[in-house]
Amino acid sequence: MVPFDFAYYRPQSIAEATALFAALERDGKRPLYYGGGTEIITLSRLNLVRTAAVIDIKSIPECRALEASADPLVLGAALALGELEEANPFPLLTKAAREVADRTARNQITLGGNICGQIFYRETALPLFVAEADVIIAGPYGIRQCRFLDLFHQQLQLGRGEFVVQFKVDRATATLPHFHRKRRKQGEVGYPLVTIAALKKDGTVRVALSGICPFPFRSADVEAHLNDRNRPVGERIQAAVDAFPRPILHDIEGSADYRLFVAAQLLEDMLRELGDGETV
Amino acid sequence: MEETTKRELVLHVNGERRSIVTRQAETLLFVLRDGLGLTGAKPGCLNGDCGACTVLVDGTPIKSCMMLAIETVGKEITSIEGLDDAPIQHAFVRHFAFQCGYCTPGFIMNAHALIERHPNADEATIQEWLESNICRCTSYQEIEAAVKEVLEAKKAKPTDP
Ligand code: FES
Ligand code: FES
Repeated sequence: MVPFDFAYYRPQSIAEATALFAALERDGKRPLYYGGGTEIITLSRLNLVRTAAVIDIKSIPECRALEASADPLVLGAALALGELEEANPFPLLTKAAREVADRTARNQITLGGNICGQIFYRETALPLFVAEADVIIAGPYGIRQCRFLDLFHQQLQLGRGEFVVQFKVDRATATLPHFHRKRRKQGEVGYPLVTIAALKKDGTVRVALSGICPFPFRSADVEAHLNDRNRPVGERIQAAVDAFPRPILHDIEGSADYRLFVAAQLLEDMLRELGDGETV
Repeated sequence: MEETTKRELVLHVNGERRSIVTRQAETLLFVLRDGLGLTGAKPGCLNGDCGACTVLVDGTPIKSCMMLAIETVGKEITSIEGLDDAPIQHAFVRHFAFQCGYCTPGFIMNAHALIERHPNADEATIQEWLESNICRCTSYQEIEAAVKEVLEAKKAKPTDP
């Protein structure tokens, strides 16, 4: 139930979408690009989103691309998480996707929407951070490709009128040994206390986290401590936790101290499972 | 630019073409219920949490409170009214898989899609799918038993549609 009116547009090409955005923006419509729509609809009901026009990107072929046998893999931003799970081109991403919302909702929630929406956990970003994926972005000045991580500072830095078209993931990286865990306050329901995605490349662990801070992150400092094999594992983990960015979330789902405690446990599990925890 | 917020939509619902003039911002759930008189899909949380509003769009279960009706133009929508003697309906009755019945249409649509898509669904898949729906009367065990019975029957008669 949306308590205000908007116009709905369904462009068939990238150029049509960006031109529509520019025209609607000129008309003062404050347009929004629209993927699965779950967040726009639910936040509209709460009056947390307002727009006079939505531009649905699901009919743009590039946004729906799923090239699972190409190198790099091409993953369209308008693919539903459920579709990604079933095709499973990138197992670590599948594991992250499976922990978002529920199975039916994931038939609608898109990869781009999970990453670009307002809800800040953005857990499908984590596998893309550690795989050092590229992101393809379309906007008023055309199409650009950059390293996803370089453009993500607390959130993806998109200019006005830009939208994510695709992600590209190196094929060999997508099959590396990996680790994924999501811990919630209670069972299988709710937002994360801590979510960790990690993979190991050339003996080095790469790790990204969500639920610790009000944004997901991958940190060079944190990884340097975790990979410092001159020190015992306990010390490495403590140094890594101390190097987390701030602020640490402290809310009804979990206190800051508890989140850090859970994160340390998960880092230990991760090092052990990735064969790096022999001196625990 | 087009200013009108209402539009005529032609939707394919339960094998019929239905046309309706509605707000472009209207959700599928309300168009089905208030526009087309199909009140089988239930409004529960209206927030994507409960699954009472689940319908199938091109055979895929969707929470109709979170999809715009206009998004479904050109697709085939199936609501509980469109199921005709589906095995899962009988299994629900046999197992008494409801009490108040409010969650039942949503559960049945989701379970029906599961059975069609994954006739060999294992325990984990069944659980993953059914977790999308909430039952306040906690008929969960009976619902699970009904779904498993249909899956078993289907395995025994693999040629059955
Ligand atoms: S009413 Fe749609 S999920 Fe609850
Ligand atoms: S039977 Fe009452 S909510 Fe499920």
